[in-house]
Amino acid sequence: MADKVLMKGNEAIAEAAIIAGCRHYFGYPITPQTEIAAYMAKRMPKIGGTFLQAESEIAAINMVYGVASTGLRVMTSSSSPGISLKSEGLSYLAGADLPSFIVNVQRGGPGLGGIQPSQSDYFQATKAGGHGDFRMIVLAPASVQEMAELTVHGFDLADKYRMTSMILADGTMGQMMEPVSLDFKIAEPVEKPWATTGTQMKREHNIVNSLFLSPDVLERTNFERFKKYDTVCENEVMYEEYMMDDAEICIAAFGIAARVSKNAIVEARKRGIKVGMIRPITLWPFPEKQFAAAAEKVRAFISVELSMGQMIEDIRLAVNGKAPVTLCNRVGGMIPSPDEVLDAIIKVSEGGNN
Amino acid sequence: METTQYLIAGFGGQGILFAGKFLAYKGLTDEKNVSWLPSYGPEMRGGTASCSVIISDSPVGSPIVSKPDILIAMNLPSLDKYEDSVAPGGIIFLDSTLIERQVRRTDVTVYRVPATQMASDNKIPTLANMIIMGKVLAVTGQFDDEAGVTAGLKKVISAKRSDMLDVNLNAMKLGYNA
Repeated sequence: MADKVLMKGNEAIAEAAIIAGCRHYFGYPITPQTEIAAYMAKRMPKIGGTFLQAESEIAAINMVYGVASTGLRVMTSSSSPGISLKSEGLSYLAGADLPSFIVNVQRGGPGLGGIQPSQSDYFQATKAGGHGDFRMIVLAPASVQEMAELTVHGFDLADKYRMTSMILADGTMGQMMEPVSLDFKIAEPVEKPWATTGTQMKREHNIVNSLFLSPDVLERTNFERFKKYDTVCENEVMYEEYMMDDAEICIAAFGIAARVSKNAIVEARKRGIKVGMIRPITLWPFPEKQFAAAAEKVRAFISVELSMGQMIEDIRLAVNGKAPVTLCNRVGGMIPSPDEVLDAIIKVSEGGNN
Repeated sequence: METTQYLIAGFGGQGILFAGKFLAYKGLTDEKNVSWLPSYGPEMRGGTASCSVIISDSPVGSPIVSKPDILIAMNLPSLDKYEDSVAPGGIIFLDSTLIERQVRRTDVTVYRVPATQMASDNKIPTLANMIIMGKVLAVTGQFDDEAGVTAGLKKVISAKRSDMLDVNLNAMKLGYNA
């Protein structure tokens, strides 16, 4: 294994994107993800890439559309309010079946909100990235190493399925430094015969477009796209199980909430409480089969979130009434302490399920 | 399975994040698991800055230090804010040039280092952070191996500024002997 270096999560994303072959970055600064743009500004000119600070987030996402149309790897990054501005573009990317890679290092909302960490864009990322019927692959790293690994994986998935993949991180993941190894296997490049790269007068024009005025054609493209989504659900679910073998209580948490929960689980185990965790790494596709299976064994679930309770809806759908699901949360940039999670575990363990 | 949680706090500009980075890199060169989490946002531009550093034999869970084993307080607001959070039996290092009051806790060990005054006397006014860091390493038994300290410093000081290596090392030695 190559030497480990200390990097901020944001920097790890940027370097991993470059390793993955991304040579086009478009963005607009916003805390807490600005290091991605700063890193790209420094590195891209040296490796023949393009760094461009756009005039707005909307401009940046449409530049992504442009480069994606030519089949090249391209990305943009922002934080919560900036992602809202990009949502029109995300819908157009989906409608045109373009691969793209987007990073959301979340901060507290709604509105301008604050700049401290949050996970309250879960709904937006997994269910409502923009108008129309579409999905994005949503990846939730819980370490700087995963920030890097899931970036490379995100580019691969985007190309493989011709869709957007998004890193849904938060301020702590972006700002923290941890040792990271940047020794990656890069997948074989995917052929992109659909890309608009010039016909050389040798083939028909390729058209990249999301406008389908004929309802029957538009219906067909939607049905076909959702068949592709079924394949993604079948093949691309990622999750980590932690101390689930004998668990009677299952915590569900991703990103920073999962890191905090691990401390609480260790403490709870010292007190003899059998608690474990399922950490979704893909938020879409959601590991619903894993939660459904866990519902056959455990007697209660606790969703630990930095939101008013968003992922908890997917857990309840997967658990399907077989066990109670309670929420342990902080919002607005606050993060639950391990003690708060431990209290929630103890409460559930003692039977106070609601 | 040993884990040490550090919280370093002071004014923006005192080199709080740099001192934390040194600790993290030192941990990395010692082949430990480490995490470094800064406060970010407006406080970096003049207000209170803090950073959480965790060095552990096992993988680090939450990177947020809420009950530090070691608090390094570089100004009074930091001591006021974090004194109560220190784990029982923990250690508080404070810059006694800027903090006149005594520590109220009786279940912690306190080291008072006049770091800002020492930095000024030695004409290295920006290195109070590393002077106090020298004391931290001395007390925690991490200065025995000067090569390890230098290795950590080399990682945190960019090659372009390699002239700063000795200056930082000497600042730490001042703290070590304080």
